[in-house]
Parts: sequence; structure tokens; C-alpha cells
Amino acid sequence: MTDLAEPLKISIRDLHKSFGSNHVLRGVDLDVMPGRSMVVIGGSGTGKSVLLKCILGLISPDSGSICIDGKSVTRLSARKRAKVMSKFGMLFQGGALFDSLSVWENVAFRLLYADGVARKPAKERAEAALNQVNLGADVMGLSPAELSGGMQKRVGLARAIVAKPEILFFDEPTTGLDPITADVIDNLIRRQVTALGATAVSITHDMNSVRKIADDVAMIYEGKIIWRGVAKDVDNSGNPYVEQFVTGSENGPIKVLAR
Amino acid sequence: MNPLAILGHAVLALTREAGAIALFTRRGVVAALMPPWYWSQLGAQLLRIGYFSLPVVGLTAVFTGAALALNIYTGGARFNAEQFVPNIVVLGITRELGPVLASLMLAGRVSAAMAAEIGAMRVTEQIDALETLSTDPFRFLVGPRILAAIITVPILVLVADIIGVMGGWAVSTQILGFNGATYIRNSVDFVTQWDVVSGLIKAAVFGFIIALMGCYHGYRSKRGAQGVGRATTNAVVSAAILIFAANYVLTTLFV
Repeated sequence: MTDLAEPLKISIRDLHKSFGSNHVLRGVDLDVMPGRSMVVIGGSGTGKSVLLKCILGLISPDSGSICIDGKSVTRLSARKRAKVMSKFGMLFQGGALFDSLSVWENVAFRLLYADGVARKPAKERAEAALNQVNLGADVMGLSPAELSGGMQKRVGLARAIVAKPEILFFDEPTTGLDPITADVIDNLIRRQVTALGATAVSITHDMNSVRKIADDVAMIYEGKIIWRGVAKDVDNSGNPYVEQFVTGSENGPIKVLAR
Repeated sequence: MNPLAILGHAVLALTREAGAIALFTRRGVVAALMPPWYWSQLGAQLLRIGYFSLPVVGLTAVFTGAALALNIYTGGARFNAEQFVPNIVVLGITRELGPVLASLMLAGRVSAAMAAEIGAMRVTEQIDALETLSTDPFRFLVGPRILAAIITVPILVLVADIIGVMGGWAVSTQILGFNGATYIRNSVDFVTQWDVVSGLIKAAVFGFIIALMGCYHGYRSKRGAQGVGRATTNAVVSAAILIFAANYVLTTLFV
């Protein structure tokens, strides 16, 4: 399925991760091509978040390999990891904005604290990034707690794109938002990924979001990628697990246990 | 369950915790002492731990000094030794009560606040966000707090020493009939430089413990409000116990 002539942006091979007796990732293989938006779908507890955190280096896998631009990033020192992180932009599920800083300082955080940019140019770049996510200068001095959930997501997106990263990660970008705000966020994500020419990896269980932002889709189930294809094929995958997930039916091979 | 298995689990858990604290301490100390430093974070912590703790430390010291003077006067009266009130108050405050009581109050105020703040950052993924923004959380969060506590707690204890002695002076002159100038002269003549310095060394160690326990428990906070609450409690309790233990060790070294 992968065109070997084109270098892979992200390549994951046989990734395993356990927490105690809970074997979450059981041999994940996944390739992401440069400039493509890959969305990993799957139910709660299937390992989506753990997979994303392994790629980001926030969790160390037990075995397997993760390569970015052909170089292994599976086990790096803190300093080398920080360098790899400069390629990344990440939008967290809850925004993960820093309460103690203003909106513009949140957006400009990487510029101020990691890249050593002076406050004035950093503030100008933060304002430009906020404009790109349809937020005006009037919110720059506010604290994150003063923003609505949708605005916090947009500020989080501005923070992710401000340093023009090569790879963008989105963790459940529309969870907890009303359908209209979710659509706004999806459109912004799609627009920004295209504008930056970035590679994107998202995890979600929101099929509306998948249809908006995905070029490619992979489904994770019980710690393994069980299906992969282009986004337009997701409704005709021929895979009973994917079909059940897409239709949201209780009946099918995926059993949800009452807990 | 087999009693030996219970013992084994307890020993393993204790060893794991000790190892985790040792590794955390090493990373925290390196972050505190080695550049790059985040000066704005250090400044904010100096203000928060130092300046904003002045009222609680001052009030603790003044009432402790006052009560100490009354107790020493009452006890000393049994041996006709009431005149030693200024000497014993200044010795007790500078060597023992100033550093220990101020640090215990700071364990309640500062350790708890650090654990709650860092714990909330952990559960809302703000610490993960720091890493994805190429910023080492130890350098940004832990290092400045440890450094600020080591700097400010001795200063706070020096203030507590002065206020504590003045608390004793106030009671002695207003209630016990001491002459104010004589009380001060007796105190100053009796106290040695080492009495004060040994108390300040203790304070620096206690400051390190306060910040370390606050950061450690916050950093390892489990998910949810309950996790943050438990981290806060553990930070205060462990900081208080370690302060008492360290106080005993340091006192045996300093006597």
C-alpha cells in the first residue's frame, strides 16, 4: 500500500506497550506519508492515545520502532528529544493551555521559552497565529480560564501552528464541543494543515471529523491497526470492524462490555 | 494473603518509592543548579514562596516567641532563674523553633500549593504540553521552585528569628516586668553567630525538602480531583516528617 519511492514522514513498526498486565499496543505498524493527514480511529481504550503519546515521546514503548524522516526517535536523550519536538505541533484534547500565562503567551510559548525569540516579535507572531484561527487581538491579554471550550481549542491550535511545524498532531480535536463549533475546528484544522503543507496525525472517534480532516484513515482495535485506507473508502471498507465503527452500531464484531 | 507476601509487597513499594524520589531529586537538583534557567519562573517563585509567606511566618514567630517567654519565665521561677528568659528565648528561636516552625508552616502553605498546581498541570496534560513545546518540565517547573525555596526559606527564617525574639520581648516587657533595653542587650550579647547561621543552614535544607516534596507529589499525581487531593496531602505530610527527621540529624551535627 505504501509507495516506497516516496520517503515516509512517520514509520512505526511492531510497537508494543503494556501498563502492568494491560497490553495496550500489541504490534502497531503504521506509515504516514509526507503532506498527508492521517486519522487513527478506534473506540475508547483501544490504544489511540497511547499510540499518539509514543510517537510524541511522552511514553516510552516497550519494543518496536518509531522513525521520523527515516531516523529512529524511539529512545532519545532529553536534549535530542527537544530537537525532534521542534518539528511537532500538538493540539491536546482539553487544550492544555497554561493557566498561569495569558492567551498570547500561551500561543508564543515555544518562541519565548524554547526558541529564544524576544517578546515583541513573539507577540506579533502570536497575534498572526490567532488571526489564522479566527481570533482577534482582543483575546490576547485574557487568561485561558476566561475562554469558552471552542476558543480554548482554537488557541491550542494557534499554539500548535505558530512555529510552522512539519508535523501536526491532534488528540480528539472535537471532543466536548457542540456540532457547529466542532465543524469550525475541523475546518480550521484542514485549512491550517493544507496552508502549512504539514503532515498531520489525528486520533478521534468522531466520524464527522474524520470525513473533514482525513486523507488517510487507519483503525486501531485491541492494540493493532486492523484496517488502513484512503478516507473516501472508509464507508465502503469491507471490514466488519470498520463498518460497525462507522455506523455506530451495537451489533457487530466489536463488543462493548458494560462496566 | 500470606504475611510474607504482604511484607514483600511493602518492601518493594518502599524501595520503588525511594528510588523514584532519588531519581526525581537528581533531575530536580540538576535543573536547579545548571543553566539554562527560566528567570521569569524563578522570579515568580521567589515572590510566591518568599514575599507572600511573610505574614504566616511572621504571625507564627511572634506568638511562638511570646509563648516561649511565658513558659520559660514560669519554669525558670521554680529555680529563681527568671532572668534567663531573653537568653533562652533567643537560643530557642534561632536554633530550633524559628527554622522548624516556620518551615512547618511553609510545608503547609508552599508544598501544598506546589503539589496542587503541578498536580493539576499533570492531569490537564499541561506537563505533556511543555514537553511537546521543547521545554523540559524539570527546568521550567521543578528547578525554579527548588532554587527559590533554598534562597527564600533562610531569609524567611531570619525574619522569623527577629520577630520571634521581639514577641518574647513584648511579653517580657509588657507582662513580666523586664526592662526593654536590658532584654535586647542580654539577647544580643548571648546569641552567637553560629546559633543564627546553624538555624539558617537548617532553613535552607528544609526549603529544599518543602519544594522537593511539593514538586515530586504534584508531578506524580494521578488522574482526577482525588489524585490531586492525595498528592497535596502526601506533599504536606512527607515534607513535615522529613523536616523533623532532617532537624534531628542536623541538630546532632551542629551541637
